Amino acid sequence: MELKTVGTAGTLESSDIMITLEPAQSGGIEIVSFESSVMNQYGRQIKAEVLASLDRLGVKNAKVTVNDHGALDCTVKARVECAYYRGCQCDVDGTYPWGGVIR
Amino acid sequence: MRNAVGREIPDELLKSDLRNGKGYEVYQGKGYRDGKYIKKQGPTTRIYQKPTESKILPSIREAVIKSGLKDGMTVSFHHHFRDGDFIVNMVMKEIVDLGIKDITIAASSLGTAHDPIAEYIEQGIVTGIQTSGIRGKMGEVVSQGKLKTPAILRSHGGRVRAVEEGDVHIDVAFIGAPTADEYGNARALGGKSDCGVLSYAVVDSEYADKVVVITDTLVPYPNFPASIHGINVDYVVVVDAIGEPKKIASAAARMTQNPRDLMMAENVAKIMTATPWFKDGFSFQTGAGGPSLAVNRFLEPLMVEKGIKMAWAIGGITGSICELKEKGLVGKIIDVQDFDTSAINDIRNNKNHYEMTASEYANPANKGAFVNKLDFVVLAALEVDIDFNVNVITGSNGVLRGAPGGHPDTAEGAKCCIIVTPLTRGRMATICEKVVTVTTPGDCVDVVVTDYGLAVNPKRQDIIECLDKAGVKHVPIKELQEKAYSMVGRPDDLQWEDKVVAILEARDGTILDVVRKIKPCEI
Repeated sequence: MELKTVGTAGTLESSDIMITLEPAQSGGIEIVSFESSVMNQYGRQIKAEVLASLDRLGVKNAKVTVNDHGALDCTVKARVECAYYRGCQCDVDGTYPWGGVIR
Repeated sequence: MRNAVGREIPDELLKSDLRNGKGYEVYQGKGYRDGKYIKKQGPTTRIYQKPTESKILPSIREAVIKSGLKDGMTVSFHHHFRDGDFIVNMVMKEIVDLGIKDITIAASSLGTAHDPIAEYIEQGIVTGIQTSGIRGKMGEVVSQGKLKTPAILRSHGGRVRAVEEGDVHIDVAFIGAPTADEYGNARALGGKSDCGVLSYAVVDSEYADKVVVITDTLVPYPNFPASIHGINVDYVVVVDAIGEPKKIASAAARMTQNPRDLMMAENVAKIMTATPWFKDGFSFQTGAGGPSLAVNRFLEPLMVEKGIKMAWAIGGITGSICELKEKGLVGKIIDVQDFDTSAINDIRNNKNHYEMTASEYANPANKGAFVNKLDFVVLAALEVDIDFNVNVITGSNGVLRGAPGGHPDTAEGAKCCIIVTPLTRGRMATICEKVVTVTTPGDCVDVVVTDYGLAVNPKRQDIIECLDKAGVKHVPIKELQEKAYSMVGRPDDLQWEDKVVAILEARDGTILDVVRKIKPCEI
């Protein structure tokens, strides 16, 4: 499975995070924009969680946009995964890996 | 030097002339200046012996010129018009247009209505800010270190003390008034933009060298009973509008339906009833925020059940406490500010609702303000730490965005100070290891109520005993902080530069904390 198109998940609501992933051929993981309403106290941790989630998903190259409004780590993880599977067009194939499938 | 709440205060501030040459002491603890003597520093006022018919001037510009305002002087304002205020911006525009520079604004509070002042700060025209509240663009530019001198932030009571003691000398006070007569007798009722009371402006009218009253509703002389007395007023200016009524007073503050807020409010009421002060004739203040305001609703049945009444309520007043008074459950309301139209209508139409000055409300340096006789106060907080210190001024990013207001005054004065706040807000831990800025010292805070339990300050063994006896469960505050961090993670420390951008004065004029310039966050 790999990113085929732009995948976005999440909202700009408070306590949510909007993640946008763009496919890239090379260049590794590039964070093109990172905004957070809790940047000073949790920005570092949110960034680490985004990168760890992408790593877990096996994403090697992508452009990443993060717009956070105070999401918890579980939300960050869920939004990254969803953005990835949308970018992979899992919805076209109808095969979202639900529940315990994602490690 | 380290102060009594463990904050490091730079020595050069202690020697600075920010307090009109007197230097500063660091915060020493609750009640430190009790019993000491001060000499009040009165204004230099002009004699008006020859009768004149009117003090009306054609424009604000004319009043600025006549007042003799010059470079380096201090002007003052009040904040009864809250977010609907036009006065500050109108006056400052004229001052700037006249080319007057190096101005200090000493306001009872400032808000987002005053965003234009941020530009005057950046241009170096406004070089000093002394206020309770600082928010919006002004908060941002001050936090970025763009104000020439550190902003001085005081409680409402601390401001009156500072003016009386001469820590700040007001050269010209500009007092917006819903109604005024041609001699400057001013009231808060009867105009286009009623604000209920003019409590915060009284000290300005008594201690400023020159006093200008600005109104949009000129009424026949004598405009009595007056809040601001014409004997203290030099000039009167009539303008089209002093403010935007809808933003001055919101419609009745809506009672929260949020179950979390209601649960916390109910617990606050339960704590109150478990203490010895919940008896016939008790006194009370609560805030206008969700859970604080909702306490009123839970007190009512408990008072009825016990057959007791509240003798008096003070503070910023909302319709909900007025309702309790009209039901006969509250004897008197003594009012320093009105938060909604219901409160304004109540002071206008109903009995037992009186205006007081900010000094009567909360000044620590007079001979006994209302807060000194207060039984309970219920307050909100942005953060509370494990030493019970409260922050209501800086956001989680270290930027100024709040106001001490009456928080430190009521907390020190009241027999039982209860802070009510959710354990977390979004990703922010409200109960934390160390608040960003101390605005109310922990030795004045008695109980902290969250949606995950409550904690009592170990200094208040008497309250702990009462709660244990009543079967009200409480935990060490450290447990609440750990619970919060387990949910949201441990926050990284904020990164600061050395430059001090604001001084938090304790209500007695000692330094409680400083706010430094925030370092931009690099991720």
